[in-house]
Amino acid sequence: MTATTTAAPATTGTGRIGENAVRPDGTLKVTGEFAYASDLWHDDMVWGVTLRSPHPHARIRGIDVAEALAVPGVTAVLTADDVPGENAFGLEHADQPVLAADVVRYEGEPVALVAADHPETARRAARRIRVDYEVLPALTDPLRALDGDAPQVHPGGNLVRHLRLRRGEPRPEAPVVVSLDVEVGMQDQAFLGPESGLAVPDGEGGVDLYVATQWLHVDQRQVCLALGLPPERVRLTLAGVGGAFGGREDLSVHVHACLLALRTGRPVKMSYGREESFYGHVHRHPAWMTYEFGAERDGTLVHGRARTVLDGGAYASSTAAVVGNAGTLGLGPYRFGSVEVDVYGVFTHNPPCGAMRGFGCVQTAFAVEALMDRLAEAVGLDPVEIRRRNGLREGDRNITGQVVDSAAPVAELVERVAAMPLPPPADPGDPRARPGAVGNTTRGEGVRRGVGYAVTYKNVGFSEGFDDYSTARVRLQVTAGEPVAAVHTAAAEVGQGLVTVQQQIARTELGVDRVVVVPADTSVGSAGSTSASRQTYVTGGAVRAACEAVRAAVLRRAAVALDVAVDGLRLDGGKVLAADGAVLAALADVLGDDAVEETVEWRHRPTHAIDPETGQGDAHVQFAFSAHRAVVDVDVELGLVKVVALDTAQDVGRALNPDAVVGQIHGGSAQGLGLALMEEVVVTDGHVRNPSFTDYLLPTVLDMPPMRVEVLEYADPHAPYGVRGVGEPPTISSGPAVAAAVRAACGRPLTRLPIRPEHITGT
Amino acid sequence: MRVTVTVNGTERTADDVWPGESLLYLLRERLGLPGAKNACEQGECGSCTVYLDGEVVCSCLVAAGQVAGREVTTVEGLTGAGGAGLHPVQQAFVDAGAVQCGFCTPGLVVAAHDLLARVPEPADPEIREALAGNLCRCTGYEKILDAVRLAARRQAGR
Repeated sequence: MTATTTAAPATTGTGRIGENAVRPDGTLKVTGEFAYASDLWHDDMVWGVTLRSPHPHARIRGIDVAEALAVPGVTAVLTADDVPGENAFGLEHADQPVLAADVVRYEGEPVALVAADHPETARRAARRIRVDYEVLPALTDPLRALDGDAPQVHPGGNLVRHLRLRRGEPRPEAPVVVSLDVEVGMQDQAFLGPESGLAVPDGEGGVDLYVATQWLHVDQRQVCLALGLPPERVRLTLAGVGGAFGGREDLSVHVHACLLALRTGRPVKMSYGREESFYGHVHRHPAWMTYEFGAERDGTLVHGRARTVLDGGAYASSTAAVVGNAGTLGLGPYRFGSVEVDVYGVFTHNPPCGAMRGFGCVQTAFAVEALMDRLAEAVGLDPVEIRRRNGLREGDRNITGQVVDSAAPVAELVERVAAMPLPPPADPGDPRARPGAVGNTTRGEGVRRGVGYAVTYKNVGFSEGFDDYSTARVRLQVTAGEPVAAVHTAAAEVGQGLVTVQQQIARTELGVDRVVVVPADTSVGSAGSTSASRQTYVTGGAVRAACEAVRAAVLRRAAVALDVAVDGLRLDGGKVLAADGAVLAALADVLGDDAVEETVEWRHRPTHAIDPETGQGDAHVQFAFSAHRAVVDVDVELGLVKVVALDTAQDVGRALNPDAVVGQIHGGSAQGLGLALMEEVVVTDGHVRNPSFTDYLLPTVLDMPPMRVEVLEYADPHAPYGVRGVGEPPTISSGPAVAAAVRAACGRPLTRLPIRPEHITGT
Repeated sequence: MRVTVTVNGTERTADDVWPGESLLYLLRERLGLPGAKNACEQGECGSCTVYLDGEVVCSCLVAAGQVAGREVTTVEGLTGAGGAGLHPVQQAFVDAGAVQCGFCTPGLVVAAHDLLARVPEPADPEIREALAGNLCRCTGYEKILDAVRLAARRQAGR
């Protein structure tokens, strides 16, 4: 095992794994030529828009579309009656109507569709649809969802999933007991590229859909169900994706655009504005958490108890899996003797919640890390030592009894961030360095500096027995005299750089320079979702396996042609080499006019369901660890925060593209900082109050501090190349570190996230 | 209405423009220039940044009719003649790893291009101020800052 700190040298080398290969789509993206889903255009296309419910809960008594249909330029108006297949979709349970038929269950639920020759014509026509609503009482307090007299969101009751986890002695004694309640607000993924797609009818009753998404095949399954068509007649191609972060796991425009295209016989483009985007995708679950830790007087943890309620909103989406993470990983990367955890995911008439980067670990980390700091204070340790002392190590069992069977460097990670140099005090003469900046809010009288730490771990890949696989097709042939590899998967590139990694793997395994990544579509098998930090691991594993199959076939061919033994032959530099490195033949000559193609379905080690009574089991395939240290200046009189430094250390197993790894860590850290300090979808009585970038605040370049990143590479022996998922841990440990730093500066408990100015000032 | 405007050095005309359309819509949907992006359409994210008569603007906040007879330069117009070669700012974004999903990139490239035209060697606080109107959700801005510093160094010939 080696630990290295990447200084990210700016070299591209030969573009193999471990190097900072540049993105193949980089040039197109800086020139404005890259085709995002919202850029798509087709001759004769019309625009589709969605009419959404203004009520969190209402019965639809009738819909009159006549006036909308009469608007010049309108080509179609559709309601639930026009859904030819099953009027239902959903990631895990098909519980959500494509268009509401009799009841709407959240503000923003789609009710009708309009197609017209201009988007504004379509929007105006949609406003002329008369929907007769009978407003019903709405359940908007998730803490009341399981009360007997609560309104029922669905006939089966308001519980999506209860995870019960018990381990060790029930109710053990501990000399030191600390507890707290923490609440985390609803975060939005806020990808910049709005939900968009283009549906093109094929003239034979089928449709081609070009759409921004995270998982083409799970989309295809749902679209087919709603259209009543077989998969061969509903073909999906990935359009350019402007960020995802979990918010594109569920369907948005998909079925709607296809319905309009099949009805009008014309290509239909749909593209949400920002306000509709806030209604058009799931958010991160808000959480209410009650936590208790018991410890010895030296700070060694004895027991952990947690009760967490996650508001799933009106439909199931991925709530059950989020509950799974909030439970199985819900006490953080620490050793406990005894554990009692209950997590409830509930239905309400609030906006549906589902996947977002960090997936159930982000919310619980705020509680766990705040409580660890409280424990440290109670036993007289500092925040670094309490984590160092209790952190998981390789070979330990976590709270579901699973052995952590590769690196678990909790102690090292917190030590590393603690050892990084601290930033100097703010320059008192530069107002830009103060909280409030040039707003002339302070001359620094009430500014206090605080430092906070947090550490986390997160599962990589899909868990609890899910059949998590990816498919890769690799083809090697001679083009213009040169061997060229083509890599074809259905994996969604959403910005993270998977296309680069696919090229790097193919170059490494096949010893060629030129690698083409074929556009992702459903003509090849499923790659699984671009989520759970899993694609480099799983699709990377599939691409490597397909390359190995191609290489084996080529070498067999070379052995026959050259009349040598196949053992020891290898490919490099476009040549077939002997074991001693001697060049035996040009790869182009061995291939001739033939293409060698292999398709491989690749799986990681299986995971297992957890025991329904105890929550015990080997639920996860891999864990990824990170630690953050935040340094903040807080104006304790005005409640303003400036983050001065946000430094991190993370074990990535092996960095296939070190620059891209660091980029993921930077971006993930920013999203955690955002949740700690500013990002919240404010929902009152079931209504979203801030569906815009004016009122939903994202960190700007002025809000982000310089970030020092140390990347450790403790290879996971069970994973391809030793990789470990990268994308999510930074989003989990950054926010709690920022919150801890603000607490340290102002001395208040700050148990509600995001922290607001009035929480800091206590006013 | 009819709008005639010079875009990236070429006079262009669009007919049947609805008065409520923005410059962003005109560029993207009528003139075939989708480089400027539609992320918020209310001037908060900077993804639609273009030059209007040499000043950077959010094209979503400019009515299409307002640009009649004026000059617009978009991210597509920053490359060399005939699209040959990247502008140093564009090249620096690629080289520094400042591009992930890339949806903010065209707006940031134009904003950085404008900054370096005005201030060839900006200090970090100046870069941050100049880019404060451009949201990025992927990068945490660190590599975007690297890109601007790199472009400044290269333009200064160092």
